[in-house]
Amino acid sequence: MEALVNGLTIFVLAVFVGFEIITKVPPTLHTPLTSGSNAVSGITIVGALVATGNDNPATTWIGVAAIVFATINVVGGFLVTNRMLQMFKRKA
Amino acid sequence: MTPLMFASAAAGSDLRHAFENVAYLVAAVLFILTFKGLAHPRTAVRANAMGAIGMLIAVVVTLFDRHIIGYQHIVLGLLIGSAVGTVMALRVQMTAMPQMVGALNGFGGGASVLVSGAALMDATRPGYVFEADPVQLTVATVAGGLIGGVTFWGSMTAYGKLEEWKFLKSLHFPGQHFVSGALLLACIGLGVPIVQALATGPGGEALLSSSAIPWYWALVAVASLLGVLSVLPIGGADMPVVICLLNSYSGLAAAATGFVLNNNMLIIAGSLVGASGIILTQIMCKAMNRSMTNVLFGVMGAEGAQVSGDSVYAGKVKSASPEELAMVFDSAQRVLIVPGYGLAVSQAQHAVRDLCQLLESRGVEVLFAVHPVAGRMPGHMNVLLAEANIPYEKVLEMDDANALFPETDVAVVIGANDVVNPVARTDPKSPIAGMPILDVDKARTVIVVKRSLSPGFAGIPNPLFAADNTLMYFADGKRAILDLITAIKAE
Repeated sequence: MEALVNGLTIFVLAVFVGFEIITKVPPTLHTPLTSGSNAVSGITIVGALVATGNDNPATTWIGVAAIVFATINVVGGFLVTNRMLQMFKRKA
Repeated sequence: MTPLMFASAAAGSDLRHAFENVAYLVAAVLFILTFKGLAHPRTAVRANAMGAIGMLIAVVVTLFDRHIIGYQHIVLGLLIGSAVGTVMALRVQMTAMPQMVGALNGFGGGASVLVSGAALMDATRPGYVFEADPVQLTVATVAGGLIGGVTFWGSMTAYGKLEEWKFLKSLHFPGQHFVSGALLLACIGLGVPIVQALATGPGGEALLSSSAIPWYWALVAVASLLGVLSVLPIGGADMPVVICLLNSYSGLAAAATGFVLNNNMLIIAGSLVGASGIILTQIMCKAMNRSMTNVLFGVMGAEGAQVSGDSVYAGKVKSASPEELAMVFDSAQRVLIVPGYGLAVSQAQHAVRDLCQLLESRGVEVLFAVHPVAGRMPGHMNVLLAEANIPYEKVLEMDDANALFPETDVAVVIGANDVVNPVARTDPKSPIAGMPILDVDKARTVIVVKRSLSPGFAGIPNPLFAADNTLMYFADGKRAILDLITAIKAE
């Protein structure tokens, strides 16, 4: 139960931090914000790595599929965000 | 985070666990700094790189996890995912960014479904020792499967709609929302036997029966159907809201996975993304003067008096030639360009940049005005203008632009309709009544580039097109701008 309360505490605090900093993102960067946050949500890759590499053969291939999905999310997300932001930067 | 059962473990393992958690903390801080740095285009590139470094730290540290014993499958998955992600990111056109983001949202949700499922299956293994509260694991798995399933299939449906796949349009049936509601209840119902599959073993230890596994995949199947059905009825111009909402869901699904795995970093990263998506959803809804419920469940254009286009337009619409339009710019000192979805469809951003430079070389001040819901996702127009090398300082937000329209000589509307419809200000019965619009009608002359007089998403005629100070140019956006450039140069 203690772990659950800890987790909920962190969840609620992170949501508040998120609200505070993300409201400051200007509308002109809202598309890179969406794609960048997409990349961050690919953090499930951490769970996918454990599910693939552990000693339970039943979850290996589910894990591989999860790694593929999450990696597309992470690599595609950060790269496409970088591509967009470079376009904003070069005129600054 | 270290549960009591590890207290007896060797000190070395304890230290390793602490190191892992500190590294995760560093990654979480980097994610927060990523969002913080996105507050300005100058710092945004570095911010994005910090996010990528945070992710790299998280991945590398996890690879040293004591649970991981085999690496060949991991490398396979990483290689495939990186290749697909790289190709997608480098090849996508800026105009297709909504589809790209839609697809990425879906992959995030899909990953959460699979990770939660794998964690549940692992927990049914004989001899499995729960690191966290077993009830937390099962409840969070249900949440991960539900939100992730909705996100994946909802995003795929949104992708198809943005690609304008025809068969998706015909899949309407009455009572769709009731069916969606029933499916949501069914998902929660299917979650009950998963939690009930928990039992206590002879030694007082928690056990999870493998009966939970089929229930989980059944839940994912129903959630998938729910995802498809909730996005299907939503129209094109409401896509910005859907994209933002699915973005938020993909974060919440990741946070749910964090509860499944009892990993604080996942919870932090997931809730940041969840908050980001919700903020954008709110901004989009406000910019349309509609509630989220109305966007998700309402039918646009069904209420209010239906005004026919003929009575508004009859004999009043003035269609101009490029030469006539070129003359309008002769005495202009300030021009405001208003891009809409039509700019993206016709890939007109580079032509618009050329027009902008031509006018500037003649001493005209050229600025851009972007409505928050212009295009198919938030910031869609800004990215296209940035791609065409138009400095972001020249791109005004709605309020700043509206202050300037009365002192603007020419407003050029390219492929926008509802967001410049003055009816929003004048007719309280209109479906778009009260929606904040760009007041282009207050400019001295308005040039509207549009393929036809067909109504926008709201399905209502636009009196702007028949206004005394409006000149219409019926053409594809890019063609029209190129014609205009030729005519201005020929003068």
